[in-house]
Amino acid sequence: MRVGTSGLSLNEKLIFEHSDPGRTGYSLPKLDVPAAKLQEDLVREEVKGFPELSEVDVVRHFTRLSTWNYGVDSGFYPLGSCTMKYNPKVNETVARLPGFAWAHPATPPHLAQGALALMFALQEALAEISGFDAVTLVPAAGAHGELAGMLMIRAWHEAQGRPRTKVLIPDTAHGTNPATAALCGYDVVPVSSDGILTAETVRAAMDEDVAALMITNPNTLGLFESEIVEICEAVHEKGGMVYCDGANLNALLGIARPGDMGIDVMHFNLHKTFSTPHGGGGPGAGPVGVVEKLVPFLPAPWVVREGESYRLDEERPQSIGRLRAFHGNFGILVRAWAYIRTLGAEGLRHATEMAVLNANYIRARLEGTYHLPHTRRSLHEVVFSDRDLEGDCHTLDLAKRLIDYGYHPPTIYFPLVVKGAIMIEPTETESMEVLDEFCDAMLAIAREAREEPHKVKEAPRLTRVSRLDETAAARKPRLRWEEG
Amino acid sequence: MRYIPHTEEDVRQMLETIGVGSVEELFETIPEKVRLGRSLEVPRPLSESELLLDFSRLAALNATPATYSSFLGGGAYNHFIPAVVDHLISRSEFYTAYTPYQPEISQGTLQAIFEYQTLICQLTGMDVANASMYDGASACAEGVLMAVRATRRRRILLSRALHPEYRGTVVSYCRYLNLDIVEVPVAADGRTDIEALGSLLDGESAALVVGYPNYFGIVEDLASLAQRVHGTGALLVAAVQEPVALGLLKSPGELGADIVVGEGQSFGIPPAFGGPYLGFFAARQKDVRSMPGRLVGETVDREGRRGFVLTLSTREQHIRREKATSNICSNEGLCALMATIFLSLLGKKGIRELAEQNFSKAAYARQKIGAVKGFSLPFGAPCFNEFVVESAEPVGEVLRRLENDGILGGIPLGKDYPEMGNRFLVCVTEQNARQEIDALAASLGEGGAM
Repeated sequence: MRVGTSGLSLNEKLIFEHSDPGRTGYSLPKLDVPAAKLQEDLVREEVKGFPELSEVDVVRHFTRLSTWNYGVDSGFYPLGSCTMKYNPKVNETVARLPGFAWAHPATPPHLAQGALALMFALQEALAEISGFDAVTLVPAAGAHGELAGMLMIRAWHEAQGRPRTKVLIPDTAHGTNPATAALCGYDVVPVSSDGILTAETVRAAMDEDVAALMITNPNTLGLFESEIVEICEAVHEKGGMVYCDGANLNALLGIARPGDMGIDVMHFNLHKTFSTPHGGGGPGAGPVGVVEKLVPFLPAPWVVREGESYRLDEERPQSIGRLRAFHGNFGILVRAWAYIRTLGAEGLRHATEMAVLNANYIRARLEGTYHLPHTRRSLHEVVFSDRDLEGDCHTLDLAKRLIDYGYHPPTIYFPLVVKGAIMIEPTETESMEVLDEFCDAMLAIAREAREEPHKVKEAPRLTRVSRLDETAAARKPRLRWEEG
Repeated sequence: MRYIPHTEEDVRQMLETIGVGSVEELFETIPEKVRLGRSLEVPRPLSESELLLDFSRLAALNATPATYSSFLGGGAYNHFIPAVVDHLISRSEFYTAYTPYQPEISQGTLQAIFEYQTLICQLTGMDVANASMYDGASACAEGVLMAVRATRRRRILLSRALHPEYRGTVVSYCRYLNLDIVEVPVAADGRTDIEALGSLLDGESAALVVGYPNYFGIVEDLASLAQRVHGTGALLVAAVQEPVALGLLKSPGELGADIVVGEGQSFGIPPAFGGPYLGFFAARQKDVRSMPGRLVGETVDREGRRGFVLTLSTREQHIRREKATSNICSNEGLCALMATIFLSLLGKKGIRELAEQNFSKAAYARQKIGAVKGFSLPFGAPCFNEFVVESAEPVGEVLRRLENDGILGGIPLGKDYPEMGNRFLVCVTEQNARQEIDALAASLGEGGAM
């Protein structure tokens, strides 16, 4: 059965266009103290343009908007490098327990022992899963974790007396890697790899001005960096450090640990590997694991245990300091801990095994039809290209046509080293049945491209809007609603 | 495992299609020497009912406004959240979606962000706002970096009355960028010392960052600061740690701020022991191309229908890599949605009434506490819903005494301001009933032996 079909979709104006003066959607208790008056020159006029709506108006508005979206709960979401696995519902329930949701961050530690105990246990579990000596939970997202990690590397080099000047980054890396290196005052030196990086390439690029290599393992082609141990040795020989982007950790749970490979620092994406929802672009959480020698540089605060109680340690003289207010995206940490507690050791390993099985199954079903630029064994994701797509159809057309078939498209045009990349990451939570339907759709589109290419080039047709004019949006940006 | 659908038969068939004999073989590219070779040591798995019980017990160990009268603020606030907010963000088309990279099936998220950007502009009095940052502190650091880009200058002035964790975050973000960070002292009335500012500002200064309200809850004289700062070609960055204040106070945009950053937690997001929160970021139209973070813009589809897309992405890391305006990728999308729903419910009248209630309650609490023997209010400038209290009795003992009466009385200032070891910060919101405030004052008074 084809998943994608058309159905009634309701139009909805902007919230501001619904406004009707005099309506309200809130209730406050009656003021029970004398009304105080702030000096007149500090007081504003009413907030111009703010909407006036009833509760019903607001509920209907956002409910309609929600139906215009596609989430993991709607269907298959094989967005490569994003690990769009199922987001367990009980995790949402426990994150909303009043003792978690309504604990104030400045609560004295002896009255927040439940929250601190949870954070400590998660620190320990993530350290065990990754093979690092210590973990900080402070960073709010992957790129924030990268910043924490690279600041620690820089601080360590500074403590050795020389900060160094360069960071090596393979051409397969996420864009956040070079942006983060620049934020730490480093020059970025790209290193090219042919699918996987060799120790020889790294050794040739290494010198004593290189502060670190930033690597992703498995890399963004879904391939394990088999020479990782030798690569780390080559970096360490010259006094450098190895940073690992942990976006693809879902390929390794219980199988192998980055900390055992010689990697010095890695961030986790709890919103990828550990099932917390992406929220339409966040919030996530980006804890960071480090080797022993970087422990003194961890950002503030860090949860420590003393006897049977827990506290936040902020008095660490070599710490890179604060990267945000308070202690971390605690609500996300609760969800991730619920996930780890539900799966246990065996479940985590099983998740990785089935994620890798799923990616290889998709690869096996599509590789006769779609061009596979790198043929080494895939782990959790597989990258095809649009080379063999006929009828002048390209990756973007394929992606849009997949929408008509009822799927969220894969990641497209990334990694940059593959021309017209189609990066598919199914995750472990999809059944063979779902994968088969998806593969059938992919094969049907290849056939359409050959025989009826207009269907592919005009896609999507079943969505409430067709392809949007992004060039016009950028040329004359309209970034807010204006009255009148 | 209920999250993984594979049956043994599925696995067998899939392996056959792949052409390998076992799942193990799929990991052949991972060298033996880095294999774990044992089970992970994590606690045993729990069933759903066991998990609920375990987590409920942990949660019950934490104090909340339901178990203590809370006067804690300092950048995270106890405001009422209408039931509608959680119901709507629990629509899983919202919370299980990724970043809206495919606009045709993400119009819900995109239109909501467009509405969010508009609300933030209206509230701050600015022209453009981005789709969100991690929190107020990191938004503040990004604001500083933007000011450095915009002015091509290297000196940053941070008010000492700016939230200490915002200051700390700015320092960490800027540590290796060869910037000169200078602190501007606090005047006797609790505002940023404008006279001292005069002597610190020079032609190399990129920006002054002040809280609005500042960490002590005090309303800074933004107009005078803006005038002083603009005189040397620097920018004024206003950091709003309690945005409910903007329902009552003149907007930073109206008073001359060039960049407005802040914390949106007060808008429908629970305190959650520190996160996730919502960094908001607004600027002037002319500076839009040097802004960090995602932006949603309006456009049309092939049939001319209105729609929304992520736009101006050539500023961002996935295109510009090391030349990007920020390294940010994931932001706080769902929290931005919470704020959008919250503000839509409140509307024009609600945001004003909420702000007025907070202001009036704090004014009442100030008057009550100021009258208690042994306690005084050291700062004279107007404040919003927080204020500093000075105590003759050691602050630690005062707060411990309040705790025994079931009150979380405030945040001691000595850790971040060693010169204020005898002061603490008290926050009062619409959630604190008059009886609670009276009980706080009474409890403070019981130490009257001093």
